[in-house]
Amino acid sequence: MSFINLKGILQPLGALKQLGKKPHTIRFPEEKVEASDNYRGLHFNELGDCIGCGNCSTICPNEAIDMIDLLEVTERKGDSSLRPRIDNGRCCWCALCVDVCPTGSLNLTKDYIFVSDDPNDFLWTPGVDNKDSKDRISYTSDTNTSLSMYDRVPMRELEGKERVKSFAEVVLGYSEEEARAEAQRCISCGLCTEVCPENMHIPEYINAIAQAKDDDALRIIYDNNPLPEMCGKVCTRLCEDVCALQVRGDAVAIRWLKRYATETAPTVELIKEIVDPQIEEPNGFTVGIIGAGPAGLTAGYYLALKGYDVTIYEAQAHAGGMVMYGIPKYRFPLDSIDKQIQYMESIGVKIKYNTSVGKDITFDEIYANNDAVFIGIGLQKPWNIGIKNEDSPGVIPAIDYLKIINSEGKYNVGKKVAVIGGGNVAIDGARVAARFDAEVTILYRRRVEDMPADWEEIEGAEHEGVKIVPQAIPTRIIRDKKGKVEGIEYVMAEMIAQDGGRPRPVAIEGSETIYECDTVIGAIGQQADFTWLPEKYKEDIVIERGKIQVNDLRQTGDTKIFAGGDSVKYGNSDAISAIADGFNAVKGIDELLLNK
Amino acid sequence: MIREKETTLYLGPQHPGITGNMMVKLKVQGDTVVKAATHVGYLHRAFEKLIERRNWLNAFTLLCRFCVPEPDPMELTYARAVEELDNREVPERAKYIRVIVMELARLQSFMLWYAGQAGSAGLYTLGQWSVGDRNYILDLFEELTGGRIYHMFIWPGGVRRDIPEGWKDKVLKTMDYLEKRQDDYNQLMFDNTIFQKRAQGVGIVPKDKAIEWGVVGPPLRGVGIKSDVRIDEPYEVYDKLNFEVPTAEGGDIWARALVRKEEFRQSISIIRQALEKMPEGEYTNKVPNPMKWVVPEGQAWAKTESVRGEIGFYVASNGTNKPYRVHAKGAAYTHGVTVLEKILPGQNIADVSFIMNSLGVCPPEIER
Repeated sequence: MSFINLKGILQPLGALKQLGKKPHTIRFPEEKVEASDNYRGLHFNELGDCIGCGNCSTICPNEAIDMIDLLEVTERKGDSSLRPRIDNGRCCWCALCVDVCPTGSLNLTKDYIFVSDDPNDFLWTPGVDNKDSKDRISYTSDTNTSLSMYDRVPMRELEGKERVKSFAEVVLGYSEEEARAEAQRCISCGLCTEVCPENMHIPEYINAIAQAKDDDALRIIYDNNPLPEMCGKVCTRLCEDVCALQVRGDAVAIRWLKRYATETAPTVELIKEIVDPQIEEPNGFTVGIIGAGPAGLTAGYYLALKGYDVTIYEAQAHAGGMVMYGIPKYRFPLDSIDKQIQYMESIGVKIKYNTSVGKDITFDEIYANNDAVFIGIGLQKPWNIGIKNEDSPGVIPAIDYLKIINSEGKYNVGKKVAVIGGGNVAIDGARVAARFDAEVTILYRRRVEDMPADWEEIEGAEHEGVKIVPQAIPTRIIRDKKGKVEGIEYVMAEMIAQDGGRPRPVAIEGSETIYECDTVIGAIGQQADFTWLPEKYKEDIVIERGKIQVNDLRQTGDTKIFAGGDSVKYGNSDAISAIADGFNAVKGIDELLLNK
Repeated sequence: MIREKETTLYLGPQHPGITGNMMVKLKVQGDTVVKAATHVGYLHRAFEKLIERRNWLNAFTLLCRFCVPEPDPMELTYARAVEELDNREVPERAKYIRVIVMELARLQSFMLWYAGQAGSAGLYTLGQWSVGDRNYILDLFEELTGGRIYHMFIWPGGVRRDIPEGWKDKVLKTMDYLEKRQDDYNQLMFDNTIFQKRAQGVGIVPKDKAIEWGVVGPPLRGVGIKSDVRIDEPYEVYDKLNFEVPTAEGGDIWARALVRKEEFRQSISIIRQALEKMPEGEYTNKVPNPMKWVVPEGQAWAKTESVRGEIGFYVASNGTNKPYRVHAKGAAYTHGVTVLEKILPGQNIADVSFIMNSLGVCPPEIER
């Protein structure tokens, strides 16, 4: 190479031609740079859509998000009232928080400039401190792009036509693989625990199932629920109504996962081996429990574990209360109940069957012989429908009907049946009647979406051929010459909106319709029967509108008497609330007798 | 002959010629380097250790920070290792998107290299141009991923989002522009006598030692050895695309520059092909709920071709929702420590950062 390379010296001078070109530079701040439609800038949170599940805070790799209590947020069910606060000094704008937000309330915006000389200013709550950014939302996640798993693993069930042939269990349960997949969807936010009357450790046991630690799951469940088999099958699962995933998808099948956990221990011996209940030394106190329903059994179980001498007095030949006699066997088979009861008895709970208080034993005797008494009698007396000719043969209350079917196995309802009501009991009555080849129609005053029954039960009934006539108000029962039911007359109703309440059904004049049927099953609720309770106790125990008043520890006006279940005025009228009553009464009895 | 006393000179960690926060301790005699030792530790953020505390998915927000100039190969390599452990199939479309992202990353990294290589020879104009033009690629990234530098876009199972509407055309337009612009860069760099004289015969990696020292990427191809993971062990869809792996002889800065110059063209061609062949379909095989996602027990090694050469990730799982161990082995470690220390003696002080730039040393990747 020669020393002077003329080309090599002149060529770079070609760069001078760039002088004549228009510059590419954007003259900030005179010219603004608009971020792209997908830009990951500062956060914005739609406060009303956010439920405070804290998933954003959990995923954040930089621990830049914490959940704080905000005055702006009004309390509502399924909302922790907490909202994310971002430390923008720590945020790395990875947007994982957006991709895991189950409600889609948290988004990133096109804003990216924030200047302050005070480090504390970088700590702010999106949606509160940058209200104006709402129009500048850019990075979002929809149900496709989100990492939340919105689709539930479907539960295998018997075919509708197969079902009505027998009382075989309709729900077949999850396989191990299905349960693991379903458990994996849970984001462990704990909103479910808050609404569960018993505050079950839901995220914990679901996590155990996800990690293939089924034994741990069962132990966690038995920590505060001695009847998981029952809850796993028939719980009203308030938890699933508030699941963070149900906002944009399907709630985690919490009930079915609990059911799966209990199915991993099919025998009493196995339950005992896994749960390994630690029974304390006898403490010398005795407790009498009236009624072996969910409330009484729960109280009995935890009292027995604590060393109390427990005796349950049950009027029927089987324990389980309404769960045994009121719930059809296709939902909760007999051997499941037996297994639970046997397990209870094996740890020392004594149950005296066919012992009706007031008849076979007096309440005075129970009161005198025990240090504390727990009343869990449930609701046994059906309400009347309140229409003409209700006393005719062929009219039967649903709980009586279910009780007969559950204890004797059959009851002739004829070819056509009308069921009145929209709760779970009404659906149970209808589905049971459908299993005896009857054509069943449910008459309900309001709309289908207003029915208090479980949506899965309503769907199940429809699959089995049950017809639902909504907005139908029964007016009278029509009798034949012998006085037996021949049909039922009802009027159609229109829903009139009301201030501060749910819409009220109002009869439409001239819309009378007659449905011919052989049997009318009434399912409009039940009440408690207190005739067995001597009057002198009623001075201390306050019974208001047919229900016993109790405090948080389920203690009545008579400090020695505790009560729980459907017959008390506390929480909902369902099995899990009854279990919560039993569980809390144990704390009350402990406090009363052991001063704990 | 004047006998000069040996002096110690600390190049970095704060020095414009250093490619990041690291230091080269030089023993010099006059203008000549006698001994060189690489000192790192100014950037150590314990990434590999921090990942062990994070779940499988949010580990990937740290990975891209292993190397600022080219964050994407880290994401891809980690994702591939995890996919191997988890037996997770990646949809075809996602593979094409990944290749496009990788090649765009390569292009923007080459443009930083143009700036660094020319800048360390005192040729600052080129840096203004290429870093300015690089923003057009960052704009594409911004539109695709939402981020300009750190994309956090390639994750196990595929990519995070599908390509937005109209993006394809913008990429093609940008490619046309860059193809034309590269001629301007080359005119300023390769046709320049000063650059030629500075680069030729300087910073030679001996051909017989290259393999032994563990040299990879453009420095290895610069000694005439045709080695590229994209060709040798094709991943994603590189086997379905036509491209050349350029080589050059000599092993000096000039040879490495020639290799990169040609690779720039190849990357543009790969992007065009990939955009054309990309099928419709899913862009991700979504991982389960990241908080509960458990990767089966095992260990995996995945490697890809980054701009600076082969990069590998060792990932071990003990069957929980967090990685048990993640270890990265990139080009920077060998090039920045082993090779640099060996080839600096005998070179001029003024050439030290010139050589560093040509080897592609990325200090944060050394320290991980």
